Amino acid sequence: MSQFRQCPDTGLFFHKPAESLMKANAVAGAVCLLIGGILGLLVILTRWPAVHLLPADAFYMVLTAHGITCLIFWIIFFEMAILYFAGSTLLRSRLATPRWAWAGFVLMIVGVISTLTAIFQGGSSVMMTSYVPMPAAPHFYLGLILFAVGALIGCFVFLGTLVVAKNEKTYEGSIPLVTFGALTACIIAIFTIASGAEILIPTFLWSVGYISHIDAAMYRVIWWALGHSSQQINVSAHVAVWYLIAGVLFGARPMSEKVSRAAYLLYILFLQLASAHHLLTDPGISSDWKIFNTSYAMYLAVLASMIHGLTVPGAIEVAQRNKGLTNGMFEWLRKAPWGNPVFSGMFISLIGFGFLGGISGVVMGTEQISIIIHNTIYVPGHFHATVVVGTTLAWMALTYLLIPVLFRRKMILPGLAKWQPYLFGGGMSIVAIFHMAAGTLGVARRHWDMGFAGNPLGFEYPGTAYLLMGIAGVGGVIAVIGGAAYLLITVGSLLFGEKLDASAGILQSFGVPLADSVYSTEKPERLPMAPAEAVEGHGDSGFEAPGTFVLAMVLLVSFVVYYFINWKYLSEVWPLS
Amino acid sequence: MADETSTQDAPEEKVPVMQQIIDNPFLLLFLGIALPTVFYTLWGVMEVATIPVAP
Repeated sequence: MSQFRQCPDTGLFFHKPAESLMKANAVAGAVCLLIGGILGLLVILTRWPAVHLLPADAFYMVLTAHGITCLIFWIIFFEMAILYFAGSTLLRSRLATPRWAWAGFVLMIVGVISTLTAIFQGGSSVMMTSYVPMPAAPHFYLGLILFAVGALIGCFVFLGTLVVAKNEKTYEGSIPLVTFGALTACIIAIFTIASGAEILIPTFLWSVGYISHIDAAMYRVIWWALGHSSQQINVSAHVAVWYLIAGVLFGARPMSEKVSRAAYLLYILFLQLASAHHLLTDPGISSDWKIFNTSYAMYLAVLASMIHGLTVPGAIEVAQRNKGLTNGMFEWLRKAPWGNPVFSGMFISLIGFGFLGGISGVVMGTEQISIIIHNTIYVPGHFHATVVVGTTLAWMALTYLLIPVLFRRKMILPGLAKWQPYLFGGGMSIVAIFHMAAGTLGVARRHWDMGFAGNPLGFEYPGTAYLLMGIAGVGGVIAVIGGAAYLLITVGSLLFGEKLDASAGILQSFGVPLADSVYSTEKPERLPMAPAEAVEGHGDSGFEAPGTFVLAMVLLVSFVVYYFINWKYLSEVWPLS
Repeated sequence: MADETSTQDAPEEKVPVMQQIIDNPFLLLFLGIALPTVFYTLWGVMEVATIPVAP
């Protein structure tokens, strides 16, 4: 018999097994963030020229572990929690096949242990990309395969839950937009994991000697369908989290559900194709393939991101204006709850993703100007803006929302929590901006010593490059302090936070269900169809969200200026006169 | 249950084609796998596979 509890504060329904799975996946993700954050500190302190902490061999080992732990393990564990939340809680449905979901979770844990063991044994410092013919230990690949299979099971449990919800008529009309965003993430995840299987299974067999040779060019094409698409799962999921937070905090409804869903459809169709931009300098692949997959298809995905970037703050603005905050262009934003880490985390994530990650992403996806910054530290600068400021900060904001709702604990250290998104978002934005600036000066990524000490083919970067890397180091330390504050607040709340339910003990914080009396066997009421869209019914003339329109224009102008600056840089690379 | 009755009694509105597509998760799953598989993976693999082998 299915058992549900209703959160007395938010009215959200939690299916007992789904609730436990959400908690277990979120906690596993937080553990990975802790490991990845410590490793990140070691990386940034080594790339800070004045500190240069680690010896070379340790640096490459730590960098490999940092990349995989943060970009894959932390993010995907948390995404599993989001899938179960969006499938079960938001649709008021029982979770399909919880036992399979647990089996997937166990596989993911085993995968993490296997891969990290291989890396820390020292023989698998092959970076996240693990390009062949650079060999790693067999259990490095095996761990990644097991983790991917576990995540794939989670995706199918989510799809099964959609079927259950539809058959049992737990909702009216279409699935909610946030669930649709999670579905988009799930679809991209399935393509990603299938691509991973296509290349990592043969590579594993190569590592144990069953296959004699793997073509390096072929590996790169298929691996990037895994490597970049895995980050597109994040984009879809964190946009869904933006919509969720806007809805919960402000009662904001999307300005147009149709437009937002159409934008997600563009993600489903085109976002994965952007993987091609990693291969823009690869020989052997035609310009037709590169140009179609980046200059045409990728821009449709960029268009979708711009739509979400407009509709999320636009929805907040409309909701705020409906509450009477109508003075001037930005009263709605000025009087937003900036002291609430749920809002500030979400909004910094949105701005950082759009201005830093989005603009630099388009530059990197343009074949001609991408060459200026190819394989430089600009690239980590870009993805720390998208995945860390964008995705990780969105996850952090969601955690603050869910601690009382899901874990039934009151958050500790509210004063620190108020500042945490600024510390983390600010510090990581410094990392992103100054790494991108250093990359523009040619500083190589994945390199232990930018001074090339003792290297016969050394290269001397200008002093500015050293300064920029030093500032990025300071930003990294600030961001790590912000990340540590997040873990202190969240883990501390799970252990020591005031109980909002008498049965919310320590074990309950890590996945054990609350007392039986909290759950009811009665089915939740059917989720009603959403009311009319926010913009409908209050004026058809003029902009409903003029402040957001101005912000969008600022983004557009910034993009155009930066884009042409890069063409100017390109012209200086090859002087013709 | 009252809601169910009222839903059944209401005249069925014609659902637009686009809405039907967007409401079908398995069609979306097919499209989301097929498009990148054809345009990115298969096309890319064919490009690499047809590079002549050096003599």
